[in-house]
Parts: sequence; structure tokens; C-alpha cells
Amino acid sequence: MDFFGIPAPLLFGQLLLGLINGAFYALLSLGLAVIFGMLNVINFTHGAQFMMGAFAAWMLLNFFGIGYWGALLLAPIIVGITGIILERLMIAKLYKLDHLYGLLLTFGIGLIIEGLFRNEFGSSGMPYRIPAELQGAWDLGFMFMPVYRGWVVVVAFFACLATWLVIEKTKIGSYLRAATENPALVQAFGINVPRMMTLTYGAGVALAAFAGVLAAPIYSVNPQMGSNLIIIVFAVVVIGGMGSILGSVLTGFGLGVIEGLTKVFYPEASSTVIFVVMAIVLLARPAGLFGRA
Amino acid sequence: MAEPMLSVKGLEAWYGESHVLHGVDIHINQGEVITLLGRNGAGKTSTLRAIMGLTGRRSGSIKFNGTELVAARSDIIARAGIAYCPEERGIFASLDVTENLMLPPQIAPGGMSVEEIYTLFPNLKERARSQGTKLSGGEQQMLAIGRILRTGAKLLLLDEPSEGLAPVIVQQIGVTIRELKKRGFTVLLVEQNFRFAQTVADRHYVMDHGVVVDHVANHELAASMERLHKYLGV
Ligand SMILES: Nc1ncnc2c1ncn2[C@@H]1O[C@H](COP(=O)(O)OP(=O)(O)OP(=O)(O)O)[C@@H](O)[C@H]1O
Ligand SMILES: [Mg+2]
Repeated sequence: MDFFGIPAPLLFGQLLLGLINGAFYALLSLGLAVIFGMLNVINFTHGAQFMMGAFAAWMLLNFFGIGYWGALLLAPIIVGITGIILERLMIAKLYKLDHLYGLLLTFGIGLIIEGLFRNEFGSSGMPYRIPAELQGAWDLGFMFMPVYRGWVVVVAFFACLATWLVIEKTKIGSYLRAATENPALVQAFGINVPRMMTLTYGAGVALAAFAGVLAAPIYSVNPQMGSNLIIIVFAVVVIGGMGSILGSVLTGFGLGVIEGLTKVFYPEASSTVIFVVMAIVLLARPAGLFGRA
Repeated sequence: MAEPMLSVKGLEAWYGESHVLHGVDIHINQGEVITLLGRNGAGKTSTLRAIMGLTGRRSGSIKFNGTELVAARSDIIARAGIAYCPEERGIFASLDVTENLMLPPQIAPGGMSVEEIYTLFPNLKERARSQGTKLSGGEQQMLAIGRILRTGAKLLLLDEPSEGLAPVIVQQIGVTIRELKKRGFTVLLVEQNFRFAQTVADRHYVMDHGVVVDHVANHELAASMERLHKYLGV
């Protein structure tokens, strides 16, 4: 089977890789969007927190014998709590200042965290095994699909869907949307907005850590794994529109696929295509594809 | 005589460096409807915002049912039993009408039920699923008032609910305020519309340059017109 002279296994293989990368873009940009909407802070620590999720899974396994399934639950909680502490102790002090200060602070903290992990674990990376239940591959006829990769795409999709449902369809979500528009008024209705901001940050960070656990068996667990990814994720956020929940999810998956297809049809451009898209979107729609101008 | 429900003394407030209230004194008894009159920029909105904890620094005293609130955070003030309907209405675009209506949490028992609010404002029920900001100005005002009636707050701060609305709607708002009074709510109403204020209020405070400059009972209003016109600049 051929498409435009491209063998099907190559095409679908890259499409799948694109979907997997897209899954991570979507999960990470979703967390960034939620945090930005509520706190007005562009969380540059996000990549480091993704990496911490992967490390938390690794440490849970190697120090406590807790495997993948336990880590999928515990790592987001643990890393989320570090996020809550970070928000209370430092980020919360900057809300009254320009966005730029929050950005600089979180950027600096991200670098520090990455440095600490590099000191402790080196930069070569450590393997993390795919759990027994998700090993192997399905034969789809035209290609082999590793079970774990299919799992990542599906889980990421449902995690995004669940986040979207919470924000759009629940009472807590209505507080969040309202506070994103007018935090002072929401607080004047008797809602403890500062605490909501703390919890929102914790939840966004937990989402990054969750993505980190999903990533651990695919990429090796290493201190740079977040910073490699996060640059692209910021481009995704810019393209989708800062603060748009649905936009960040669709753009995340979409750009992963575009990147995968570029690898097939014009491999030279595959590492830059997202930034080219970003430049075009910024020129045509500065608020992003889904952003409110 | 019993303690007033709300007693504001020497209230000063700032927005950053700019000093906007210079010692406001007002008191409201349980069950009264009081207006704050005054020209543009007199400090009416700032007074409501300062009571609600929404300005910058504040000093002086705000006693509500005996509790001092001048240093409290706005969510604590709301939970003490004061509800605020802002001049710009503050309807949320990302929430539909029902979500807007249900947003303020219940802070005490005895608030109105959603059904009672729909009876008061039948339009809202018809538009329950519409985006909040897609409503007409009058409907948005009803939504902004309606949503603070559910919470159990007994003191309502309403900032110019009649502003920019057609005369029939203003009349409907007037009916609503009298109905709220009947139900035992206490209302502090900011108004520029004299004639409207006269139809709903027990007493009027007049503000200018960030202080209260005059105080008239409603039945003296007609007789005091000349004096008041001076402050109101009409
Ligand atoms: N956010 C703010 N920052 C700085 N100054 C402000 C702010 N809001 C209001 N002011 C100033 O405070 C003063 C009082 O304004 P305020 O809004 O309380 O008046 P108002 O009586 O409600 O007027 P209007 O009838 O126009 O609503 C004005 O001089 C205004 O310029
Ligand atoms: Mg005003």
C-alpha cells in the first residue's frame, strides 16, 4: 500500500509518532492554559515539572518498589504538592506586578530544578520499563502499533476531555471561568480566590507530572526531557491562543500530527514546522487560533 | 435605639496613590433602603467598593452587625452577609445565565429560591441557557441583582441599577427594590436618577469629593431640591 509514493507503514508510523507527541503537547499546553487563565502567570517551570513527574515515577519504583500504575496516581499528587508550595511561597507574591516577573521567576525556578536533578542524576538518562500489561504491539495489517503508544494517546485524550468537562460543566469549573474573567468580583461573592489560585496551580502542575509519568517509558528519564519539549509547547500555546482550554488541546494534537506528516513529506522542515506555523498564526491572528482578541 | 446594621465612620480609601474617600460617614438600619446621591466622580462607587473590600488601602471603621470589617478581605466581607451588584454589572461572558445566577455561594440560610427569583424576573428563566453577556442591558441588570438574592446576604449594595436603561425597565427595577424591602432586605443604593431614588428610598445621603455632604429623609426631598441641586450640579 502506498500514499503519494510513501509506503503506508512509514506514513502511519510517523502519524502515530505525531499523535503521541501531540498528546504530550496537548496535556502540557492544557496545564499552561489553565494556569495562565487563572493566575495570569506563564508557567515556565512547566517543563521541569513534567520532568519531575517522570523522575517521581522512577524514584517511586527504585526507592519504594511502587510501579507504573501507582506512579500514575502518586507522582501527580506529589509533584502537585510541590507546585502548591511553590505558589504559596513565591509565585503568589508576584500577582500584583507585571506578568513578566512571574515569567522570570518560574523560568529561573525551572532552571534551578533542572540543575539540581542534573547534579544528582547526571544527564545521561535512566530507563523506565513499560508495565507488563502494556508491552507488545498490535498488528494492524499495514503496521505494528506498540500497545504502550496507543495507550498514551488514548489516556492523554481522556485526561484532556476530563479536564475540559470539569472546567466547562461543573460548579468548580464555573468558579474557575468566572475568576479568569474577574477575580475581584468572584472574591467579593465570598469565594476564596487566592486559595483557588493555589489549587489551580497545583492541578496544572499535577497534569504536567501526569504527562511526565506517561512519558517515562517512551523517552528515557532525564533532567532535560522537559526543556526539550517545553519550547515546542509554548509555540503550541501561542498558536492555540493563550488561556483557551479547547484551543490548546486541539492545537496540541493537531500540531503533533502536522509535525509527523512533515517528517514524511519534507523531513528537513520537521523540527521547524511548528515555529513556521506559529509565525504565520501570529501575523494573521495575534490572539491565536482560539484566543479571544 | 438599636445599633444600625451597617455603620461606616471616617472611611478613607485609596486606589494606589490616589486618595478617593476622605472620611465617609453613613449608617443604615435593618430594613431601610438608603441612597447615595452625587455627581459623577463624587465617590459613590468607591464607597460601595470600599465597604466591599475592593479598593486599595482603607482606614476608618466599617461595622456590620457589630463586626469590624475595615481590614477584612472581600470574601470575608461577603460571608459576613453583604452582597454587591457592581455598576458595570459584572455578568460573566464565559458563563450562561443559570451559571451566572448560581455563581455566588450561599453564605447564610434564608436566601430567595431560584423559583422566586424567576418569578421576580421572568425573562431570566426564558434565557436560562444563553450566554450571560448576550442578554439585553436590562436583563443583565436583573441577572446581576437576581444572583445576589439567593445567597442569604441581608444587606445589598446596588450601584446605579437604573443606569442606561429604558424607562419601563427602570420602573421594573423600582418595583423589584420595593419588593426586596418588603421581604426584609436592607439596601444601599447608588443613584444619580433623583426621581427614581425618591420612589424607593427612606433616606438619602449626598456625596461630593469623597465625603458625605448632606443627608435628607425622603419626605423632605422635595423641599430640599434647591439645596441638593447645588451638589448635584444639574
Ligand atoms: N480604579 C481607580 N483608580 C484610580 N482612581 C479611581 C479609580 N476608580 C475611581 N477613581 C476615582 O475616584 C473618584 C471617585 O470615583 P467613583 O467611581 O467612586 O465616583 P462615582 O460617584 O461612582 O461616579 P459615577 O457617578 O460616575 O459612577 C473619581 O475621581 C475617580 O476618578
Ligand atoms: Mg459610580
